[in-house]
Amino acid sequence: MKWETVIGLEVHTQLTTQSKIFSGSSTAFGAAPNTQASAVDIALPGVLPVLNKGAIERGIKFGLAIGATVNRVNVFDRKNYFYPDLPKGYQISQLAKPIVEHGALKIHVDGEEKTIRITRAHLEEDAGKSLHEDFHGMTGIDLNRAGTPLLEIVSEPDMRSAREAVAYAKALHNLVTWIGICDGNMQEGSFRVDANVSVRPLGQAEFGTRREIKNLNSFRFLEQAIDFEVRWQIEQIEDGHKIQQATVLFDPDTGETRMMRSKEEAHDYRYFPDPDLLPVKLDEALIEEMRAELPELPQQKEARYQQDYGLSAYDAGLLTQSLAQANYFEAALKALGADAAGAKLAANWMNGELASSLNKAELDFTQSPISPAALAGLLKRIADNTLSNKLAKEVFAAMWAGEGEADAIIEARGLKQMSDTGEIERIVDDVLAANQKSVEEFRAGKDKAFNALVGQVMKATKGKANPAQVNEILKRKLAG
Amino acid sequence: MINSSLKQLAALLAAKRISSTELATLFLDRIEQLNPRLNAFITIDRDRTLAEARTADARLAAGESAPLLGVPVAHKDIFCADGWRTTCASKMLANFTAPYDATVIARFKAAGTVSLGKTNMDEFAMGSSNETSFFGPVKNPWSETAVPGGSSGGSAAAVAARMAPAATGTDTGGSIRQPAALCGISGLKPTYGVCSRYGMIAFASSLDQAGPMAPSAEDCALLLNVMAGYDERDSTSLQRETEDYSRDLDQPLAGLKIGLPREFFAEGLSAEVAQAVEAAIAEYRKLGAETVEVSLPNMGLSVPVYYVLAPAEASSNLSRFDGVRYGHRTSDYKDLLDMYEKTRAEGFGAEVKRRIMIGAYVLSHGYYDAYYLQAQRIRRLIAADFAAAFKQCDVILGPTAPTPAFDFGEKAADPVAMYLSDIYTIAVNLAGLPGMSVPCGFSGNGRPIGLQLIGDLFAEAKLLNVAHQYQLNTDWHTRMPEALVVEAPEALK
Repeated sequence: MKWETVIGLEVHTQLTTQSKIFSGSSTAFGAAPNTQASAVDIALPGVLPVLNKGAIERGIKFGLAIGATVNRVNVFDRKNYFYPDLPKGYQISQLAKPIVEHGALKIHVDGEEKTIRITRAHLEEDAGKSLHEDFHGMTGIDLNRAGTPLLEIVSEPDMRSAREAVAYAKALHNLVTWIGICDGNMQEGSFRVDANVSVRPLGQAEFGTRREIKNLNSFRFLEQAIDFEVRWQIEQIEDGHKIQQATVLFDPDTGETRMMRSKEEAHDYRYFPDPDLLPVKLDEALIEEMRAELPELPQQKEARYQQDYGLSAYDAGLLTQSLAQANYFEAALKALGADAAGAKLAANWMNGELASSLNKAELDFTQSPISPAALAGLLKRIADNTLSNKLAKEVFAAMWAGEGEADAIIEARGLKQMSDTGEIERIVDDVLAANQKSVEEFRAGKDKAFNALVGQVMKATKGKANPAQVNEILKRKLAG
Repeated sequence: MINSSLKQLAALLAAKRISSTELATLFLDRIEQLNPRLNAFITIDRDRTLAEARTADARLAAGESAPLLGVPVAHKDIFCADGWRTTCASKMLANFTAPYDATVIARFKAAGTVSLGKTNMDEFAMGSSNETSFFGPVKNPWSETAVPGGSSGGSAAAVAARMAPAATGTDTGGSIRQPAALCGISGLKPTYGVCSRYGMIAFASSLDQAGPMAPSAEDCALLLNVMAGYDERDSTSLQRETEDYSRDLDQPLAGLKIGLPREFFAEGLSAEVAQAVEAAIAEYRKLGAETVEVSLPNMGLSVPVYYVLAPAEASSNLSRFDGVRYGHRTSDYKDLLDMYEKTRAEGFGAEVKRRIMIGAYVLSHGYYDAYYLQAQRIRRLIAADFAAAFKQCDVILGPTAPTPAFDFGEKAADPVAMYLSDIYTIAVNLAGLPGMSVPCGFSGNGRPIGLQLIGDLFAEAKLLNVAHQYQLNTDWHTRMPEALVVEAPEALK
């Protein structure tokens, strides 16, 4: 039987506010335990929450960026459950009236475009952390993270493979960092993914029973976890078992998912509107202010790059993978003073040599040792034929190693491409004179001999001759 | 001296006839003398009180003048006060010292009042008789076999016995007004949102409101001037112009329209209370007021609605008492769940547990619509009833409680009978309105009776005016239990 995978994601994005969602404590990561936990965060008797407007503003921006409905009335609800790192015994969240509903995000997989619907995005507070390893036989509680603002973004079950899920997660990650509402740092937990996964016989209309994989903090784990889970579910069904609704955890060491709790153990959260927070009404002026603050979005830029510079969808897609990348591209273009041809050249070098070097060094575009202006300096010398492609790569490597700007390296290493026709002609004459055997072989119809002659000329010029020019002169002389 | 009004005490302090330290000592001595009998205070801290008094004396000496500078006030043990043990009358917080000031406490500090200590109450403000306190019940100064009412029973008894010239209280369903009535003092529950709830340990967040308790309406006005005001730390606090709640005290009542809800004078009201309230109505007519019958048709639903909504909010508000960060934690447990269960089983009393269970039930999946949402709908109807009534009248008048103070144990075994003692006060909280209780007589066995005045939203100054004019013409509020009358020390005469 053929099986179809159905995936929906719930993504917790930590918002970039300086202070917490309901208190004035700092949200900075990495402070000593409980040094960023105020009376409100540790839920002393009598304390009350006050909403941070910055969280609302970021929620609005996200809603506008995905073409969603931004609800004008926001209600905060209490989600009640006991856990030591949940100081109040409830989490303030949004159930019935979330800030964002009915949006969508486009993804690309294997050159195909697909739209993933976003059901809702709601604001809520993060819990603290339970530290089980550091204290023998005890659990430490760090409440620094308690009250950090989160926007939980819930998709429809629109993805049909782990690769689509990863593409969606990456597109979402790009968007939230692009519009500046989340720093996207997955190691620090700023972007955490829960995946709801089910399988069904291909062609069946109803969904299968889903299991939720919690807290995936890398795209790689997301893909591995879904792949494992799908195989497991199919095996279970083929062995005659039914899938039970459950929450599972992914273990990166074994590459397997394991059960955390079954549906029967699920909490009744006893949601009700938080009486400490009045409904928040958003006025149009604030929404328009947020709209005006939004930058050109990735998909808008992608379309513009194709239209204005004639870039391929592939190149434009790569350049808009992150705001840092797009900014780099635009800065390089500006330094280059470029037209469409220059843009194409810049795209090739960014998506090729530069991207792979950054990737190897685990750097992003903002950390590139070669600035956009420096790259433009190199591209200029390629465009004006000073450098062959081969020499350009050598110069690039030297720039990467910190030897300076392209022109200085060309000068210092004497890498300038030979463009003096007379000089090349003299060298060609010398080569022809010294390689009579090859000349005869060529005239006898051996094409390979021509390549040998080109090689000899390039060797004599130490690679600085323009190969196209060499070809042309050689052909003329041999014909003559 | 102990019978002086706040205004008189402030005048004596300003004239340097007495120092704040002397005044505090006078009341501390009286507390020391009477508290073993009445149990009105949970925490007394002479050093801390006298330190506050010395600060007030320094401010007075520096020439500062403020209406209540140097005046001692007692605070209900529901308000967090920096450095003071703050228990909410629960074993759960019996060892908890607050590291910060509630906004109401901070406002009193800024005004220069001196804290006499923390008064007893029903545990987490859940009760109408003070019998649910972990620290034992408060006794009614008028009869030590009678309850003082609740939940602010300690504050009411302290004021009635003149262990404090005034006190703070909180009122979720009648917790200021009912004990004020049962102890023969005046108490005001302001409009919801007038006093900040920050630092006031939450029982039912949408109903809780702090207010003043003192012998007279005039004193209550002075206290409310200190307590009221917008607080950015409480999102439900209201941003309004500062008011002087004393401003209308002297307005004559000629032409005042008093609404008498027919539902307040029906079955369940004791004859003695009815008689005292009728006499008060007659007094108001003498003062030129007119009466008009009004109706609050949904008032009968207020008790059931309240006992859905208040427990629902309480069940969630009290979740933070889990033994993890502060307060009581059981000494022996095998795992996390066991720790939670034992801690909460040991830390909370029976009434608190009952309400947590009711609250968790009405919020649970499948019951939420039928209980919680339905109660919210009726709550809006009750508020609409009051709005309609206030189209016909300026204030609403009736009894505060259906009976005078009852005896200990009389209702303790029957929660519903206990809940019904708040039948006239609860609707006011549900509608968010201001309400007041003032003394209007005594029962045959010498227990005080309270008259309730209810105002439209933000009509505190009007209520205080209506109460003050009555008190100018009656002396119920000046009486005090004979057994407790003591001569002031010679030096202070």
